[in-house]
Amino acid sequence: MIALRDIRKAYSTEFTRLEVLKGIELTIEDGEYVSIMGSSGSGKSTLLNILGILDDYDSGTYHLDNTLISKDLSQKEAAYYRNRFIGFVFQSFNLLNFKTAQENVALPLYYQKISRKERSDLAMHHLEQVGLAEWATHFPNQLSGGQQQRVAIARALATNPKVILADEPTGALDSKTSHEVMEIFDRVNAEGKTLILVTHEMDIAHRTKRIIHIKDGLILKDGV
Amino acid sequence: MIDLDKWSEIFESIKRHKLRTALTALGVFWGIFMLVILLGAGQGLQNGIEFQFEGDATNSIRINGGWTSKAYKGLPKGRRIYLNNEDIAILQRDFPEVEDISGRVFLQGNQQVRFKDKVFAYSVRGVSPAIAYLEQFMMVQGRFLNDGDDHLLQKNAVIGTLVKEELFGKDGDAVGKEINIGGIVYQVVGVYYDKEGERSLRDIYIPITLAQRVYQGTDYVNNIWFSTAQVELEQAKSLENRIRRMMSAKYLFDPEDMRAMWISNALEEYQNFQNLFAGIKAFLWFVGLGSLLAGVIGVSNIMLIIVKDRTREIGVRKALGATPGSIVNMILSESIFITLMAGYFGMILGLMVLYFASSIQSEFFRQPEIHLSVGLLAIVILTIAGALAGWVPARQASRINPVIAMKAR
Ligand SMILES: Nc1ncnc2c1ncn2[C@@H]1O[C@H](COP(=O)(O)OP(=O)(O)OP(=O)(O)O)[C@@H](O)[C@H]1O
Ligand SMILES: [Mg+2]
Repeated sequence: MIALRDIRKAYSTEFTRLEVLKGIELTIEDGEYVSIMGSSGSGKSTLLNILGILDDYDSGTYHLDNTLISKDLSQKEAAYYRNRFIGFVFQSFNLLNFKTAQENVALPLYYQKISRKERSDLAMHHLEQVGLAEWATHFPNQLSGGQQQRVAIARALATNPKVILADEPTGALDSKTSHEVMEIFDRVNAEGKTLILVTHEMDIAHRTKRIIHIKDGLILKDGV
Repeated sequence: MIDLDKWSEIFESIKRHKLRTALTALGVFWGIFMLVILLGAGQGLQNGIEFQFEGDATNSIRINGGWTSKAYKGLPKGRRIYLNNEDIAILQRDFPEVEDISGRVFLQGNQQVRFKDKVFAYSVRGVSPAIAYLEQFMMVQGRFLNDGDDHLLQKNAVIGTLVKEELFGKDGDAVGKEINIGGIVYQVVGVYYDKEGERSLRDIYIPITLAQRVYQGTDYVNNIWFSTAQVELEQAKSLENRIRRMMSAKYLFDPEDMRAMWISNALEEYQNFQNLFAGIKAFLWFVGLGSLLAGVIGVSNIMLIIVKDRTREIGVRKALGATPGSIVNMILSESIFITLMAGYFGMILGLMVLYFASSIQSEFFRQPEIHLSVGLLAIVILTIAGALAGWVPARQASRINPVIAMKAR
């Protein structure tokens, strides 16, 4: 499903050059449930963003579902792959405040040119999956943090992507709602979806089936 | 092909961002509104002035006798200069530029005019046939006075349309009827209409020689009015000077003494008004373009703010699979739609104001109007400006890394 070979990434500013990823080797199979851990600044988000084609890498190769994701993909191609292959869940939810829960979930489908009717049906279906059907017409600021994150998960699932990427999905939530969110992830994975999440919390990581530790831009330890 | 989905997405966005929409719209609306009002008012002014001149032949000169204000060749100041029939004859004989000419004798005060049991008061003037051309009269019924009337001292009268209406009714026939003017019976031979306005439709014209003999007892005229061949302003002025020198020699007044004889040149007045008017118009354009420019700058600024405001949204949309093209398209379609609508309403409201203002009928203001093409052009300019102003930041925003865009607040 995912194959990274010697992925390197550096951020350069005017005076400094910061090597964040220093040669990542990583293979993730279809249907895996993976968490990435590491101290702050170790490059977890950078790695996840590269996996999600939100960011480019400097060297190495990246295959997603046997397709080479070239490091100099055009913006248009990147948009296409993001839309078809990947579902994102962010720490800060990143819902659009002027859209209802249902409209937020339907948004990625708009970029697949799916008809309005079908979009809202699909969106409703995915809201039901995360237990928020009766909140469909609410705006994000009328929802709790946990509910907003569940809407975001429904949105990530809406396009039926090959992989779900979540960057500290419970980072802004208390422990009770964190577990509600994790229950949804568990179920999604149980249904066969590949899931990769970044977390700081040990108990969250232990719910996944594989933990990858990153330190100073390299994979330190990979296993359960 | 209209992308219905795109537009419903845009309408949603407009609906949910009322303030942003209102701010963009207001700048455009105001710019167009002011432009329409200003240019319309300018046109109204021009129409008003041109209408004033339409009432009379523009290539004409009027001469009035006045009082001398300077002593000249031993003669004291304060002498009255009376023009008479001889002056008319001299002008005709010695000045080839002079074409249609008439003296005018104004009867003292308004005359009582009676038809059957109706009595009204009108001003009565003795004139030659040439007045019909000089005043640019249109005959509604019958004919104007002719040379025969004058030679034979016919008691014939030509009346304005309002006189006719008051004496004979709206549908009444006036020609051939006898009316009593100050105790003398006249036969109406014609009814005229003059564009100049109501005041000049309440006059009665009778043969000049008759007026001089019966009412005045002298061959004085109150003034002389004549048309000239179509000449340039310079030639008209030189004619004016030669006439003044001739009169000064004849009546012995200082040729520099402007008050001894008033010579007014319609062409000169017309030119003066035209110049004044061109000045006003240039000013109005200046102000109008200024408000348009203010609109353009306002729209551009708001576009910058809007794009900045939407950076996070753009990042999220990109993360969900929006292409840079679709982002630019979305922002520009929205702004173009808003500018077009606002421009349209600004123009409509401006036109409505002009429409109501057109009921104002003053001497120097009439029928304010604007060429539709000017209004439409203004809207197009504003829209293009808004689009260009939005395009640069929208394109930039559509290209920034979504990770960074989503961090924007
Ligand atoms: N756009 C950027 N420009 C420059 N430096 C960056 C940029 N993004 C990240 N970095 C730097 O790269 C390093 C890795 O960042 P990254 O966000 O991947 O860390 P992380 O492991 O996700 O940390 P955290 O747990 O705090 O989220 C950090 O030192 C960060 O400051
Ligand atoms: Mg991070």
